[in-house]
Amino acid sequence: MNRPLSPNSWQYRELNAKTPGLSHLSDALISLVEAGEPVVAGSADLQYSNGLNKFAEHYPDRYIQFGISEQNMVTAAAGLATTGLKPYVATFASFLGLLCCEQIRMDVAYCAQPVRLIGHHTGISLGFYGTSHHATEDIATMRAIADLTVVSPADGPQLAAAIKASADYPEPIYFRIGRGREPDVYPLDTPFTFGKAIEHMVGEEITIIACGMTVHPALEAARTLNAQGHSVGVIDMPTIKPLDRAAILAAAGRSQVLMSVEEHNVLGGLGSAIAEVLTDEGAGVRLVRHGIHDEYSLIAPPTHLYAHYRLDAAGIAEVARCAMGIRKAA
Amino acid sequence: MSARERTLPSDARPASNFRPTAETLALLREKARFVRLETIRLIEVAKVGHYSSVFSAAEIFAALYYDVMDIAHGDPRRPDRDRFLMGKGHAAVGLFPILAEFGYIDRETLDNYTRLGNPLGDHPDMRKVPGIDFSSGSIGHALSAGLGMALGGRMQDRAFNVFVMLGDGEMQEGQVWEAAISAAHHKASNLVAIIDRNGFQLDGAVDDVMGIEPLDEKWRAFGWEVHTVDGHDLDALTTLLRQVKADEARTRPCCIIARTLKGKGVSYMETEPGWHLGYLDPSDAARAVEEIMNRTI
Repeated sequence: MNRPLSPNSWQYRELNAKTPGLSHLSDALISLVEAGEPVVAGSADLQYSNGLNKFAEHYPDRYIQFGISEQNMVTAAAGLATTGLKPYVATFASFLGLLCCEQIRMDVAYCAQPVRLIGHHTGISLGFYGTSHHATEDIATMRAIADLTVVSPADGPQLAAAIKASADYPEPIYFRIGRGREPDVYPLDTPFTFGKAIEHMVGEEITIIACGMTVHPALEAARTLNAQGHSVGVIDMPTIKPLDRAAILAAAGRSQVLMSVEEHNVLGGLGSAIAEVLTDEGAGVRLVRHGIHDEYSLIAPPTHLYAHYRLDAAGIAEVARCAMGIRKAA
Repeated sequence: MSARERTLPSDARPASNFRPTAETLALLREKARFVRLETIRLIEVAKVGHYSSVFSAAEIFAALYYDVMDIAHGDPRRPDRDRFLMGKGHAAVGLFPILAEFGYIDRETLDNYTRLGNPLGDHPDMRKVPGIDFSSGSIGHALSAGLGMALGGRMQDRAFNVFVMLGDGEMQEGQVWEAAISAAHHKASNLVAIIDRNGFQLDGAVDDVMGIEPLDEKWRAFGWEVHTVDGHDLDALTTLLRQVKADEARTRPCCIIARTLKGKGVSYMETEPGWHLGYLDPSDAARAVEEIMNRTI
């Protein structure tokens, strides 16, 4: 009965050891408290998924366990904020950005409370957990809410920098973050500015504008294509609202095609936001929107899904090649 | 076990120390009358409104704002003030005249209730109206918001209380019970829910639309201290609210079920539940005003 477990066995609570990107969340919040910020963190029965258990151990008096009551957590966070605290509350993006949409609109944004909403495991990163746990609509719902900033960090270091930069940010923020398994794009302590795009490469044929976990594979795709003689640019657009319109228009001015990449429905997400800017300004450039094409994702391990939906480096390169072909045919 | 738990049910405890004086009672009666009269006057501007939802809660407004709550006259944002939230935000028209009397809303703004660009609408907006502690309008959120305030106060060693007025139809919203579980778990003893149990909602009697009884047993089962009171008996209501607020030994949140009459004070509203949302022609409004002036509640 007491035979030792195989070293290959593991418990759910060991999971966060495998998601180094998310460990930045707790670490950044701990550093904010150490800097004297009146931070309070909350989670809805997912502290071992988002790593807030570490924050809870450091500052039990600054942590609230809400149990499986996400809507209550969001509204209570707004109530906490009215007393002068800075609440950071986290749960799966599928629940936060969809189930809690009305609480975010009514109690956080409409009431102008500086709550920081952390929607983690977004997109299709939960793989075979299925559609209930996928969030391919949260950018669309969140960016339609007035006075709410929407941020999609590319990796753990950018998440940490954005969390630290959020301490004095006046508006409520929805952070759309991944599962924590994304390879790092940035070194630690790279400064973060809300509303600013980050241009990684300049390209004349095409500029890929990516956010979140798609930034790393987009960069890899661009390097591959550029090595093959193409001229491919890459922009990381971590702030989806307010959007860096100048960066989009500059890219539109120098590239023959633009391409958005996102782990989200192509309706209502980053691609739609970019299209709005191009239309508003009458920019005569084609935009290819790449992402999930208005469907519910298949069930599979995440890496298989990224390959299937062409959201890995090879897939993004393939879609970009097609996009450049479209330009040449026209 | 705390002293509070040992003495349950606390409804039976002697409360003589907390009873308001005759002068206070006279003042509160006058303020409840003022709330009803102002509601009729302001709805005349809007041409539609929730008269009867305010009338059931008029004594609750009067007791809280003119006696029980520690609210900073002159400073609606003082950090240590008591808080008031309305789950039934559609009764805000009864609160705006009180805030105007405190000087938080100017007279002209009040008189132009609901007109284009005015901060005062059917539901309260904390961004636009000083003295409103939280916006509402979507039923079921207020107790969660109040819970957040209560926990925030405790975290920062502030001694304020949070009073949340809920409609009885609001009990049908799931988020209320999420907040109820959470408040008991976190021992939010500075949180007081007041249920305006007037028995009616838009589609009819609460018991017919979606029954909520046994309400007291539900809240007790969720871990709250529960009291039931006649919500129009200013003596009993004020005594209970004072007693609940003063009880520092309580380790649980507190729920007060205020048994009320929808439309209380105007006979033809008391007997016709369809008045949840309506409009009084000036001649009928005059009859209502006359009744309110001449009746003692």
